[in-house]
Amino acid sequence: MAAETASGYIQHHLQNLTYGLHPVNGWSFAHTAEEAKEMGFWAFHVDTLGWSVVLGLIFILLFRAAAKKATSDQPGALQNFVEVMVEFVDNSVKETFHGRNALIAPLALTIFVWVFLMNLMDLFPVDWLPVLAAKVAGDEHLFFRVVSTTDPNATLGLSLSVFALIIFYSIKVKGLGGFLGELTLHPFSSKNPLVQILLVPVNFLLEFVTLVAKPISLALRLFGNMYAGELIFILIAVVYGAGWLLGLFGIALQWAWAVFHILIITLQAFIFMMLTIVYLSMAHEDNH
Amino acid sequence: MNINATLIGQSVAFLVFVWFCMKFVWPPVITALRERQKKIADGLDAANRAARDLELAHEKVAQQLREAKGQAAEIIEQAKKRATQIVDEAREQAQAEADRVKAQAKAEIEQELNSVKDALRAQVGALAVVGAEKILGASVDQNAHAELVNKLAAEI
Repeated sequence: MAAETASGYIQHHLQNLTYGLHPVNGWSFAHTAEEAKEMGFWAFHVDTLGWSVVLGLIFILLFRAAAKKATSDQPGALQNFVEVMVEFVDNSVKETFHGRNALIAPLALTIFVWVFLMNLMDLFPVDWLPVLAAKVAGDEHLFFRVVSTTDPNATLGLSLSVFALIIFYSIKVKGLGGFLGELTLHPFSSKNPLVQILLVPVNFLLEFVTLVAKPISLALRLFGNMYAGELIFILIAVVYGAGWLLGLFGIALQWAWAVFHILIITLQAFIFMMLTIVYLSMAHEDNH
Repeated sequence: MNINATLIGQSVAFLVFVWFCMKFVWPPVITALRERQKKIADGLDAANRAARDLELAHEKVAQQLREAKGQAAEIIEQAKKRATQIVDEAREQAQAEADRVKAQAKAEIEQELNSVKDALRAQVGALAVVGAEKILGASVDQNAHAELVNKLAAEI
């Protein structure tokens, strides 16, 4: 875009469009990275939210359209596609999750398709949509990131929701006592009550880290993969500015990376879904 | 890359999508899938049953065909027998009729012959008497020699 240097170009691409309460300007869009930082917690990444909601709506409306006309007779093309997805997710859930819970399968489907669609935005050449948005907004310095999953807020939002469900079902299935017992009485236990009391903090430390690691790793795995992929696309885009010979090389590189990235975006969506199912299945099972 | 309220917005959007998916997307699709699975299973069963029925029907048809052929052969046999019988009867009747006619004709001929013989005998007797008269030149007393003449006539 309009940035003069390569590092400026890259930094510009990695800055979200932020709307929030600025200590000086009040509720406004941030014009620089510093302004965005100064807004603190009460700020929204408008691009992240916008794209994720738009893609979520595409998913929901597309699948709803198929579900409305769902027939057990000959299915149409759309229903066929939706059925393939549903059956795939249903099988994945059945393999891992053995309890009865009407939430798990739709949750897994939503995660898989939604995350996949958000990841898919990565395959648009990095400048197309930001330049278009800048033209529409009439501000050539407009920050605009189209891949929601390269924003840790988005991935953490997903994984913390999953985490809340893990806690909820753990307590629902095992009871509050069972859940706390799971956190404090394992892996070390003793017959002697005094020793047991001494072991409780140790156990709690270990189990708590394990528990908290679930949403953090879930979010950071997806974020890290997508962020790295996006960064490489941006770096390749920088090459375009270095003469036509390197530009041609950049095109080849971008094509190759995009092909490889198709694998990554699908895989990451699948991993996020599978781990969600596994974590929720663990929350339902009384292992100890 | 700041952590901010986007996180909350994202979570809310996520939960709304999941809720919508759970309420309005998943149940109809999964119901349709299950129904189709059942339909296919039923269809396959029905096809198997139909194939079995068809086989049975084929067997039945073959059996009936065999029976019909047997009956037809029997009927033809009977008809042939009857025809021969009728021909035989007719032949016998004709023979009998012919014999009867022949016998009647024979009897008539016999009768005729006898009466002709009698007439001839009488005439021969008379002729013999006339011949004897001529030879003897005298009349022969018809009455006196009647016995003799009759004897002669009977000998002819």
